[in-house]
Amino acid sequence: MATLVMSQAPVGGFSFENCKRNAVLEGEANKVGCSMPAARKTGTTICGVVFKDGVVLGADTRATEGMIVADKNCSKIHYISPNIYCCGAGTAADTEMTTQIISSNLELHALSTGRLPRVATANRMLKQMLFRYQGYIGAALVLGGVDCNGPHLYSIYPHGSTDKLPYVTMGSGSLAAMAVFEDRYKPDMEEDEAKQLVRDAIAAGIFNDLGSGSNIDLSVITKGKVDYIRPHDEANKKGVRTGDYKYKRGTTGVLTKLVTPLNLELVEETVHTMDTS
Amino acid sequence: MAAAASMMPYFAQQISSKNDLVPDWMGQEVSTGTTIMAVEYDGGVVIGADSRTTTGAYIANRVTDKLTPIHDRIFCCRSGSAADTQAIADVVTYQLGFHSIELDEPPLVETAANLFKASCYRYREELSAGILVAGWDRRKGGQVYCVPIGGMMVRQPVSIGGSGSSYIYGFMDSNYKPDLTKDQCLDLTAAALSLAMERDGSSGGVIRLASISESGVERKVILGNQLPKYSTH
Repeated sequence: MATLVMSQAPVGGFSFENCKRNAVLEGEANKVGCSMPAARKTGTTICGVVFKDGVVLGADTRATEGMIVADKNCSKIHYISPNIYCCGAGTAADTEMTTQIISSNLELHALSTGRLPRVATANRMLKQMLFRYQGYIGAALVLGGVDCNGPHLYSIYPHGSTDKLPYVTMGSGSLAAMAVFEDRYKPDMEEDEAKQLVRDAIAAGIFNDLGSGSNIDLSVITKGKVDYIRPHDEANKKGVRTGDYKYKRGTTGVLTKLVTPLNLELVEETVHTMDTS
Repeated sequence: MAAAASMMPYFAQQISSKNDLVPDWMGQEVSTGTTIMAVEYDGGVVIGADSRTTTGAYIANRVTDKLTPIHDRIFCCRSGSAADTQAIADVVTYQLGFHSIELDEPPLVETAANLFKASCYRYREELSAGILVAGWDRRKGGQVYCVPIGGMMVRQPVSIGGSGSSYIYGFMDSNYKPDLTKDQCLDLTAAALSLAMERDGSSGGVIRLASISESGVERKVILGNQLPKYSTH
């Protein structure tokens, strides 16, 4: 007699099976004394300042994986719209994808309104998305830009709270950078003053925080113009070796020389073209 | 960062992030440590708050504005998680604005308070938000409604909230009297907040005051060096 088998209809949505497996693996690993690989975080110092004609955003360029530098020259200043840029600290993948999603949505929104997007709009979109994920998206952002209402600067935390301030810092090096800002910030600075201040704040983070390092990237946003300066300051150039392990010809004396020619016959010649399009 | 870590007690280091490169504060949620206060007077309300937002031991924003406008004559004072209170305030602002347009009338303070209560009670397990709703409307004049963590809603003539409020319950019980004038309310609020900010580590910065009445909203800031002084500080 044939047995009837009730087949289960395919269930939609996310499958959490791998989460159980990961939990078991982590337990096994911890028993042996190992730990799971850490997500790559941008250790980071990022900051922004509002000056007379716009905003200056700054960032270091080190990305770390635990205690190892994964990328010596990564770009932490992300494009949101022609007049708005966003620096990201926290989990590298989260900052990258979050800024790309909001950039895409903002472009569609701008096409719908027919206007240049406003920084407050980008801020709302980012904070509502991050709040929805209750802090599980580890993206701490410094959002800055110039729109029809002037220059604006926001700091956005992973749980979705935002602060609108004249100067902000984020990342593991934020305390070092904030110290520089609290000392030297003045309202209505000139562009060069502001660039120097941001450069110095990031440098403080680079040299005093282990999670930040390498070079300083700057982005100067003014009405109608964006200067994406990468790198602005190569604070950590790779040193030039003073010595060399190669020896000059003639260092070793030659006693005898024997030359034996190998007569080889060309059998087949083929040419493979490389597709460089 | 290393210097800061050595000053903290040993047990704190163990519960903090395993990775030395990521400091404590990046793992902790941003909270408005806070002291907030609202007082009714005949013809309006006076509200006040400190200006400190902390993530762990770091002050993320020392000039926060915790007095958030919900409508023309209705404000809320936020305490608790910064993300939660900002999100709730945005939702209620939208709901109240929509309701007001439908009514073609300025909304009631009680309506705003009920909207806060609805959100805070429904999501009580997920949220950490203590809110004071205060404002003026034509029906009942100046009103203060307290919506603490958990989602209760009750009208009170004077209300305090936040972590710093614990230190000023005695001051409020002994110094508040009914039927104060607007200026007396402003002085009382400034004094109470100043005392709380002195004693509570999570409160500080500047004092932000606002008085709401039929004629509008008047905002004031009292900077650190202008705070009322007391014999112990």
